[in-house]
Amino acid sequence: MIQLLAFYLFAALTVLAGAFTILSRNPVHSVLWLIVAFFNAAGLMVLCGAEFIAMLLVIVYVGAVAVLFLFVVMMLDIDFASLRAGFVRNFPLGLLLAVVLLAELLVGIGAWSAGGIRLGTPDGSASMPQGGSNIEAIGMLLYSKYLFLFEAAGLLLLVAMVGAIVLTHRQRSGVRGQNIAKQVARRPDEATVNVKPEVGKGVTL
Amino acid sequence: MIGIGHYVAVSSVLFVLGVLGIFLNRKNVIIILMAIELILLAVNINLVAFSSYLHDLTGQIFAMFVLTVAAGEAAVGLAILVIYFRDRGTIAVDDVHHLKG
Repeated sequence: MIQLLAFYLFAALTVLAGAFTILSRNPVHSVLWLIVAFFNAAGLMVLCGAEFIAMLLVIVYVGAVAVLFLFVVMMLDIDFASLRAGFVRNFPLGLLLAVVLLAELLVGIGAWSAGGIRLGTPDGSASMPQGGSNIEAIGMLLYSKYLFLFEAAGLLLLVAMVGAIVLTHRQRSGVRGQNIAKQVARRPDEATVNVKPEVGKGVTL
Repeated sequence: MIGIGHYVAVSSVLFVLGVLGIFLNRKNVIIILMAIELILLAVNINLVAFSSYLHDLTGQIFAMFVLTVAAGEAAVGLAILVIYFRDRGTIAVDDVHHLKG
């Protein structure tokens, strides 16, 4: 009973927050609704026993991606009212497409639940262990069977990070930066000079 | 009793909301990026639900990879958005001709 209640709570809030994300006038509100959607989706995932993915969702999406969105929305000085110009004009076509897509998906679900195509069953190489935690099982699998995929995911993140930095980095004029090559190439004989001034004359620099 | 059908229904609705969001906010690229995040979230719910249904952890592993791609995509997408705004002073993307040869 409590599962039923929790499921409907999380599902309704996820869908509602998703709808407000795309419909709200202010992009800051959109980001906040997106965070609500992520939290409730994490709740849905906890409900079916995937605690690790749920926590990852909260940490990565809410903690990193949503904050990144908030930063960009608040950093850029954008007139958001003018960006909503085509909203009403696009609404009928968009709604039609959405209804068609949803009907297609529901037909798919219906056909599947009526005894769909057999696409094979899991071979048992990644089956869930009876005892032990979800995190432990995922760790065992991730560092054995999916090790190279895991490494590739790390590489992907590195490439994304370098790409984002290269894209947004700009050389600003009027800033005194450090020229490391010039510093390294400096020789003692061109940097220092030995003088023997007469008494009371001083040196010229 | 909650079955796999319930989860698939929720993720379908969320997916369709994401597609609708792309259609409705054709100019505002920030909302489009958020709609893509919604679509990827729907995919993740589907993967996790089927993983639980089939008692097979592969779905959860792949949900993690989808999460990785989503994070990278958001980072690069927002970086492109920032330099586009710096260049043009607006983020209206319905008439982008910059890359046209």
